[in-house]
Amino acid sequence: MQQDGLILELQNGNERAFERIYQLYSESIYGIIYSIVNDEKIAEEILQDVFLKIWENASSYNSSKGRFFTWILNIARNASIDQLRSRSHKNKLKNLKADNFVDILENKTHFSSKADAIGITKYINILKPVCKKLINLLFFKGFTQKETAEELDMPLGTVKTKNRACINKLREMLAE
Amino acid sequence: MNIEEYISSGILELYVYGALTEEESREVSEILKEHPEVRKEVEEIEAALQQLASAAAPYNPEELLASIKQKLSNKNVKTLPVRRKTHWVSYIGWAACLLLLVGLFFLIDDNNELRQQLNSEKARSARMEQQIADARENAEKAQELLAVLRSKEITRTNLQGQTVAPEAYAAVYWNKEENKAYIDAKELPEPPRGKVYQVWSLKLDPLTPTSIGLLEDFEADDNKIFTLENANESEAFGITLEPAGGSESPTMEQLYVLGAVTAAP
Repeated sequence: MQQDGLILELQNGNERAFERIYQLYSESIYGIIYSIVNDEKIAEEILQDVFLKIWENASSYNSSKGRFFTWILNIARNASIDQLRSRSHKNKLKNLKADNFVDILENKTHFSSKADAIGITKYINILKPVCKKLINLLFFKGFTQKETAEELDMPLGTVKTKNRACINKLREMLAE
Repeated sequence: MNIEEYISSGILELYVYGALTEEESREVSEILKEHPEVRKEVEEIEAALQQLASAAAPYNPEELLASIKQKLSNKNVKTLPVRRKTHWVSYIGWAACLLLLVGLFFLIDDNNELRQQLNSEKARSARMEQQIADARENAEKAQELLAVLRSKEITRTNLQGQTVAPEAYAAVYWNKEENKAYIDAKELPEPPRGKVYQVWSLKLDPLTPTSIGLLEDFEADDNKIFTLENANESEAFGITLEPAGGSESPTMEQLYVLGAVTAAP
């Protein structure tokens, strides 16, 4: 649940609020960054930068533009993509597409306590291939609806409805 | 607009991803503020996505917080300027002059730095005091609450979630002798901005609602226990979501929880 009060406190420079925000979002954001850069150490550094940015730029977040989570997501994706660019100047998209979150989940050897990754991995395999692609591009790689439609050669509206069905499936799995 | 169709269109998932255009996102944000059911859906989508992304993390990066905070405090401390080398053979006079200036500069800079440190120390101790005061206040509240719950005069009423928020739940501890109603609202969702929960005492035949008060500062209240005056002969209690400041009569479409008072023992 998005806690508007907490975000307000963060914007007022409250360190405790920052810590709470870190607890709430760091693991999922780390997952996103890792799925883009695919390197634990580099992902760690980016994660730290992202949270420094969150602290410094908190006042620029505005709920009328979107969710706080989405705002952080964008900071994390941008920072990760910048990092990739500096590592290899070419083939940005190729790099982005090389690692799918599904591979990461499947190759995982240790699991943290907070997310039941084992359970999720088990279910992810049941997801249709198109769902894996959609979620990977839209969520993990930050493609827009239009970019996704072009990438998967799919009408714009289909991206929206198909993805909805995929997320519904995911939610069902998680609720089990 | 048909809200159900809107939800099932799939736009909310794209909204959470950040895959919409800026303008589309703004529209969704507006709708989300007006419709609690849209907000709830968005929160559920977000929770599922967070779980999924967390699963992709190599480990839970909890311990990195300390190093991030370290970096934060480092940023606040100024780095000292590098001392420039001067040719001592020539321009001895200038060099001496420069040294003097540099020395002065260091003094001023040191002074500033000390002042800054002092200020941040002061801020830190003020924060600590506030934290202790908060904790003490909470402990007092907890004691008071315990006393209330143990009292024999108390009637407990469970309020169950209604159509708009089936998951919601609240309880009223009503002390008829003292005309006090303690509302335990821990299981109510946070009200959207500009809205407030209003508690109603109800007579059932005929149905007459009487406002007994608002759950003000909902987000800031840690234990979510609110004390309200209730001198009514209540037969039931209900909580609705109303515009800030409350309403004359309850908005029934925004009835979150409702429950009938059981006869006192």
